[in-house]
Amino acid sequence: MPIDKFTVLESSYVPLPIENVDTDQIIPARFLKATSREGFGENLFRDWRFAADGSENKDFVLNNPKYSGQILVAGKNFGSGSSREHAAWAVHDYGFKVVVSSFFADIFRNNALNNGVLPVIVSPEFLSKVFAAIEEDSSQKLVVDLEEQSISLNGEKEEFEINPYKKNCLLNGFDDIDYLLDKKENIVEFEKE
Amino acid sequence: MEPKTLFDKVWDAHVVEKIEGGPSVLYIDKHLIHEVTSPQAFAGLESRGLKVFRPEKTVATPDHNIPTVNQHLKIEDELSRNQIETLTANCKKNDITLYGLNHPKNGIVHVVGPELGHTQPGMTMVCGDSHTSTHGAFGAVAFGIGTSEVEMVLATQCILQPKPKRMRITIDGELQKGVTAKDLTLYVIAQLGTGGATGYFVEYAGSAVRNLTMEGRMTVCNMSIEMGARGGMIAPDETTFEYVKGREFAPKGEDWDKAVAKWKELKTDDGAVFDKEYTYKAEDIEPMLTYGTNPGMGTGISGNIPTAEEVEASELPTFKKSLEYMGFGLGDKLLGKKVDYVFVGSCTNGRIEDLRMLASLVKGKKKADSVTAWIVPGSKQVEKQAQEEGLVEVLEEAGFELRQPGCSACLAMNDDKIPAGKYSVSTSNRNFEGRQGPGSRTLLASPLTAAAAAVTGVITDPRELF
Repeated sequence: MPIDKFTVLESSYVPLPIENVDTDQIIPARFLKATSREGFGENLFRDWRFAADGSENKDFVLNNPKYSGQILVAGKNFGSGSSREHAAWAVHDYGFKVVVSSFFADIFRNNALNNGVLPVIVSPEFLSKVFAAIEEDSSQKLVVDLEEQSISLNGEKEEFEINPYKKNCLLNGFDDIDYLLDKKENIVEFEKE
Repeated sequence: MEPKTLFDKVWDAHVVEKIEGGPSVLYIDKHLIHEVTSPQAFAGLESRGLKVFRPEKTVATPDHNIPTVNQHLKIEDELSRNQIETLTANCKKNDITLYGLNHPKNGIVHVVGPELGHTQPGMTMVCGDSHTSTHGAFGAVAFGIGTSEVEMVLATQCILQPKPKRMRITIDGELQKGVTAKDLTLYVIAQLGTGGATGYFVEYAGSAVRNLTMEGRMTVCNMSIEMGARGGMIAPDETTFEYVKGREFAPKGEDWDKAVAKWKELKTDDGAVFDKEYTYKAEDIEPMLTYGTNPGMGTGISGNIPTAEEVEASELPTFKKSLEYMGFGLGDKLLGKKVDYVFVGSCTNGRIEDLRMLASLVKGKKKADSVTAWIVPGSKQVEKQAQEEGLVEVLEEAGFELRQPGCSACLAMNDDKIPAGKYSVSTSNRNFEGRQGPGSRTLLASPLTAAAAAVTGVITDPRELF
């Protein structure tokens, strides 16, 4: 699947100041029965978003009309647990292009990158400021610049890490399979050793 | 030669090439697939007009989404049936070995791999399932991947992967009676926390680990992901060779001798450096139980849930939210709390030794009437062995029945769901909110602790029942 190109995104954001958000919360297992990649956004954070009878849980941030945008900001250790890529598909399908946290689980981070969703790791201090700022003003924005590897809040800028290979993939919309297919000859050589 | 860790030896031997400042192209020896995380990968392959590159290196078994009763009948849920039929069709089209539903070798992917000898020391193994770390028990580099990565492996038998850092966890000493591999791993996770090993590949070492059986080692490596580790592994030794020998896909004859000679080199050299090391004493570990909504929230069974003062201030809001979900209070004692359901099974504790442990404790006793118990063998072979060994009889006499193999209530994708608000003592691996069904409340434990809860109806120290 070719991924969306990512360069700069300026957007308001949705705060989810909960730690250890696991992939079972992002997309519960009972919604993993599909055989395509589409439509998982409907059930993103299903059991936090909706009550058992299907009605909206008004207290949950995604149901609060005050908050919107293409950036999700979450507490530390986002995406722990299962390797289900459906979690990244759900985040992407809902419309988020960036997830900001002070710490990500490894598999979720890989899955997000493979779907053109940029995980931005910030310091715990910066994360606190981001949460505080949106409490003041729900239309507060963040600017994420991939080329520069920076995230800014009201002009306060922090740099983030991403490996140069993945950065290049996102900037250009390349995916890993294309890269690997180009290496077929080397792989066949390796097998002979 | 510079001393190397076990992990480095296996990883480095599989690097086709390293991208400067980026991931490595890692060659995969064995790829395991199941019905839930593979359909989109096959679809992706098809849309690129590709066939599976090395079909003989992939093995398939449906497990996550299959019923655990009446497996001989048509699956009622249309979406589930479609997922399983899609796996069958994809395997057929691409010449992939499939242990389908009702096949005598069907079962949970991480139970089937080792029991058939697909899992061997020194291999690289992946599967679209985070508990692939199980296979590290054999000295393999094994880890869970996403579906895009499943597609990569199907297309090229390789994956692009950044190399994790190295961690060693040493547990020396002897485990007390009634303390199992599951307790050992829950103890370690409680020490490190749910993200404590994120970014690392863990090697488990020390005499307590060495003395574990292969199945115990699998339980320990299986849970590595629950502290965030990319994987966990244990250096192969005579216990490993003894287990692998004679299994269907294990090397035979002269090949066996050659393989063992090679496998004996798979250990961390003296002086090799780890990025992080932890050491624990086996004697400090008692039967463990979790009380919260991540596997790091665990304590010895005689202990209490931490008080507000014992929790780091910054983590208190999340901690309280978790206890609220569980219906527990700060400082609560665990012993004596009511239990509604007991689940024994999963890739963590669904093997024959787990069923033996369960049977040993419930023998001559009766299941508490207030408890619903689901005993789910990890595979058809485990099921058969439990029958042959008379375990099924022991369990039935005590009021338990065996369901059919599958992942079942570990993730509750099928109908095996714990109802909202009910307490489940479970031998599985995750106690996340709603993991065993919307609103379910899970307490992770060993098969012995689960057995003790099943016969008493409350949280009970299994050592009191021996």
